[in-house]
Amino acid sequence: MASADGGAYSYSLTVFSPSGKLVQIEHALAAVAQGTTSLGIKATNGIVIATEKKTSSILIDDSVIEKVATICPNIGIVYSGMGPDFRILVTKARKSAQAYWKIYGEYPPTRVLTQEIATVMQQATQSGGVRPYGVSLLVAGWDNHRGPSLYQVDPSGSFWAWKASAIGKNMINAKTFLEKRYNDDISLEDAIHTALLTLKEGFEGQMTEKTIEIGVITVPTPTEQEEGKIGGETGRPKPTFRKLSEEEVRDYLAL
Amino acid sequence: MSIMDQNGGSVIAMVGKNCVAIASDLRLGNQALGISSNFQRIFPVTDHIYLGLPGLATDVATLRERLRFRVNMYTIKEEREIAPETFAHLVSSTLYEHRFGPYFIEPVMAGLSKTPTGGYKPFIAATDLIGCLNFAKDFVVAGTASTKLYGVAEGLWEPDLEPEDLFETISQTLMNAVDRDAYSGWGCVVHLITKDKVVTRTLKGRMD
Repeated sequence: MASADGGAYSYSLTVFSPSGKLVQIEHALAAVAQGTTSLGIKATNGIVIATEKKTSSILIDDSVIEKVATICPNIGIVYSGMGPDFRILVTKARKSAQAYWKIYGEYPPTRVLTQEIATVMQQATQSGGVRPYGVSLLVAGWDNHRGPSLYQVDPSGSFWAWKASAIGKNMINAKTFLEKRYNDDISLEDAIHTALLTLKEGFEGQMTEKTIEIGVITVPTPTEQEEGKIGGETGRPKPTFRKLSEEEVRDYLAL
Repeated sequence: MSIMDQNGGSVIAMVGKNCVAIASDLRLGNQALGISSNFQRIFPVTDHIYLGLPGLATDVATLRERLRFRVNMYTIKEEREIAPETFAHLVSSTLYEHRFGPYFIEPVMAGLSKTPTGGYKPFIAATDLIGCLNFAKDFVVAGTASTKLYGVAEGLWEPDLEPEDLFETISQTLMNAVDRDAYSGWGCVVHLITKDKVVTRTLKGRMD
């Protein structure tokens, strides 16, 4: 098959090696492992996702950088790895959430949206002329079917549900730390503090509201859920996911 | 002569106290010529949702299959039963997809939706042939006898009817309305949905 254009193997960059590995996916995971640490913790009454926001120069305006993204009122995601790849996935995820809304008059459950993102990422491992996405994601969401749920999606397109997880640089240490700190009846407030403590473990430099980004899912009360259903008809249910403001992050860091 | 009235037939749904009812006549015609007196146009979607499809008979069959497909895909993908509100939106978007070459059907839905606190709430809805939703609190009507159904229902319906009373109300409303419509009638079927069972009764009607 030796020809000038590379032959049959050049259609896709991801071809099985004789040992059964897809090396491009492993390289993508290496790109993720170089990325800044992100983590998520599921609490009894919510979820927290958090990440470091490090800039290479003090001259960069870090107020414009967004690493925790809102997909729809009930789902937010954070990433480790390549920023530009993340942006593409955010756009696709948002479009997918809106397309779901157009059909069913409500936003997708966390699992369905996660599956949708995972499908996009899987396609990049099997299509010709593309490379896998260089990101791992943590998807935090709430829906009335499964309640709060936290998923991780990898460049291969595989995804798992976690009680707590970390991705990116220091993920091994961070996960060990979380294993020690996690218990099943942790509250959201405690989870936010544990998240910050975990990030602190591997943090180089000063942890401030400028270098940390946090998103939270707050589980609505039954009364709020009833109101949400009414809001569902107008298309404006009360958001369950929100990003913490710099002021709020500062307050959590001060404690 | 509108294509909506080609085969005749009417459907009505009503809200009661912790129950809903949906009913239809059983006539299938070709304009004034009667073809069948056992044409079913109300179908179960889940244990708690029933769907009535009055309009062009060929589209009744097509739309029923199309929605069956979509509801099955939803159930598998989401690993749960579809909620009545969600199903209403699915019907609406399915019809609106064909905005400029519509199915000649005006669906009517009735069901019980689970509340976050674990109870059941009655739900009814209807759409026009391009999917404009109407979430009513009392009753919804559609089909060739719709104008008559509105009149009788306005007179007979009252809030918080118990299941047996709701059955009586919806049956009387439908029977008396279709007797004033040449394209509907030839017997009726009534489905009474409560939280733990659905009662289906077939009624005899005038055969003229």
